[in-house]
Amino acid sequence: MCEDCGCGLTAGIPVTVSGHDHHDDAGHERPDHDHGEAHDHGHSHPEHSSDSGAAERHTVELRHAILEKNDRLAERNRGFFQARGLLVINVLSSPGSGKTTLIGETIRRLGPRLKSAVIVGDLATDNDARRLRESGAPVVQINTGTVCHLEADMVARAVKQLDMAGLDLLIIENVGNLVCPASYDLGEDLRVVLLSVTDGEDKPLKYPPMFHQANAVIISKVDLDRVCDFNREAATANLRHIAHHARLFEVSSKTGAGLDAWCDFLVQQHEAAKKRDPL
Amino acid sequence: MQSALDQALREARRAGAVRVHEIRLRVGVLSGVVPEALQFAFEALTEGTPAQGATLAIDTVAARFWCAPCEREFVSANYYSECPDCGTPSNELRAGRELELKSMEVDHV
Repeated sequence: MCEDCGCGLTAGIPVTVSGHDHHDDAGHERPDHDHGEAHDHGHSHPEHSSDSGAAERHTVELRHAILEKNDRLAERNRGFFQARGLLVINVLSSPGSGKTTLIGETIRRLGPRLKSAVIVGDLATDNDARRLRESGAPVVQINTGTVCHLEADMVARAVKQLDMAGLDLLIIENVGNLVCPASYDLGEDLRVVLLSVTDGEDKPLKYPPMFHQANAVIISKVDLDRVCDFNREAATANLRHIAHHARLFEVSSKTGAGLDAWCDFLVQQHEAAKKRDPL
Repeated sequence: MQSALDQALREARRAGAVRVHEIRLRVGVLSGVVPEALQFAFEALTEGTPAQGATLAIDTVAARFWCAPCEREFVSANYYSECPDCGTPSNELRAGRELELKSMEVDHV
């Protein structure tokens, strides 16, 4: 949306209001023709500055959901994914919390248990895609340019580049950002939010919308907890307040700690996804 | 912001408005939207449009959860989802994720 919604707006804004004359008097056709001269306030008599003024102020009630378009497209994605019995996860965190490394390790460990593919979003470069390809899974990189989040239609376009045959798990690595991606549904089954020990234990309190929407929270880089003086109790207490419903995992992609539990969870979720009735 | 403005201007045109004085949004505290960022973007994006110089008004919507044991809603000022009475965490968010274009003040010809 941020990318394409400007088109047709700045160019030729039709301020002309040709089809709309709300005035009850005659002259439906061309209001400025013959009658116009006589009692047309705004036009040729600016010094008149007019008491009744040509313009009157109104309140227009709207009540439109601004992200309606994205939400609709996300539901299309969801229907497509569900019909294929695919498990789709949207992986979110601040930049540098270890999304790419975790995804690479997850794919390796899942091995033949789940056939996986990745869609990865970044503002620029295909560095993450190259890293992830080493895991053997098909990867599509989305470069968002200046956009700080992925949107449903970007995912729909990326999916077209993937061979979906036999695929069990689609991992979407979102742009590293704890704010905007929270607002954009992509059609995923699960939102997975990473909180690395280097992020600090109060991130869930500082970015509640993101953590509130998490179905699973992964505390990552737990091998660094001592170096960072990470207060595990405080972190889990904060998470309980904001996202008590989320499944909690503690992992280190480096040492492998906690990865088995995380992978088993994905396998279970995939079983559930296969059984679900798309309608 | 661009898409909100896009919708607002389209509606303004449909309503036959020539000038927009105010655009009013409803923004939930759990929507993930930062009002200051919206204000900043709004000024930049409205330039050269019928909404140039317009005010961006934001109505904040509090987070409202449903407590099943107490069978009542509660408002949370700090995003915590525990019921203030019984302490049970709530799974059901009833308001607070809104991001809506509420109304506009416009000039008609």
